[in-house]
Amino acid sequence: MTDNSDGAERRHGSQWYDGEAGPLVRPYAMTGGRTRPASSGVRFDLIALVSPTQGATQPGDDVALGPEHRVLLDLCRAETQSVAELAAGADLPVGVVRVLLGDLLEEGRVQVRRPVPPAQLPDETILREVIDGLRAL
Amino acid sequence: MGSERSDATSDETGDDTALALKILVAGGFGVGKTTLVGAVSEIRPLRTEELLSEVGQSVDDIEGVDRKVTTTVAMDFGRITIRSGLSLYLFGTPGQDRFWFLWDELSQGALGAVVLADTRRLEDCFPAVDYFEHRRIPFVVAVNCFADARTFGAHEVSRALDLDRGTPVVLCDARDRDSGKEVLIRLVEYAGRRHTARLLDSVG
Repeated sequence: MTDNSDGAERRHGSQWYDGEAGPLVRPYAMTGGRTRPASSGVRFDLIALVSPTQGATQPGDDVALGPEHRVLLDLCRAETQSVAELAAGADLPVGVVRVLLGDLLEEGRVQVRRPVPPAQLPDETILREVIDGLRAL
Repeated sequence: MGSERSDATSDETGDDTALALKILVAGGFGVGKTTLVGAVSEIRPLRTEELLSEVGQSVDDIEGVDRKVTTTVAMDFGRITIRSGLSLYLFGTPGQDRFWFLWDELSQGALGAVVLADTRRLEDCFPAVDYFEHRRIPFVVAVNCFADARTFGAHEVSRALDLDRGTPVVLCDARDRDSGKEVLIRLVEYAGRRHTARLLDSVG
């Protein structure tokens, strides 16, 4: 009963992750292995709104930008998008989108507006507007 | 069918007044969260993925990419445009318990939450009720009236869930757009009342 080889194999060819683990490493290859946005620890909220700036397109973009950067720019150029929408539209994990957006923000190509926490809403006009808007749908 | 007009040029100046509000849709597995989001959203429900370890920090000391290989979590979300520059985003929270930590991010800055309940297994929504009560996030309980379920009154559900007084309970059909709209309206009204109460508290 030489369990040994069996055990060794299990250790080395280890299946410590399974199918549910999702893609290995690949998504962060697009970010050059970075897992956090470069721009000074900004963490973009899922509903932070992203829109292109006037400097969104620059000469030499073909080489300066990765394909995923360009996809994100194209998406928000068509319509201001939330971070969550960008992730879904580009079919990328939110974490990856955050890193790529950090790049675009740093280069002045996009502007990102943080959501206003409900407690800081100026008054209730907005909420009333939301209720009326929902009724009118 | 409200105002369809949108300032096509607003992008140029980057409409600084644009406002986005977040509403969570929580509840047990299979209770109809995705259905509700789809029924009221103007876009087909999009799914987004979040890498698990991104928020599960300090689990161990391995820095960087190695930690990013665990799993992905799918979240449903949808959007309702109230007018140009004012949108409501709906997020269906992941049902499984092991994704609780994701809720912390989702609930940050949320206007409020809808807890969907199925009277045949009411206990499935206990965790969500607890979560929002503890964090003082305004929520309504929406009882999804499945065809084969005995109907309970809102009051019975409220008692069974031991809800704080004032927490609205709405009977709904998650597949129905108007019904879903009504749930959201009740939530925004309630969130507004809670908000006002808090303001009054802080000055008085």
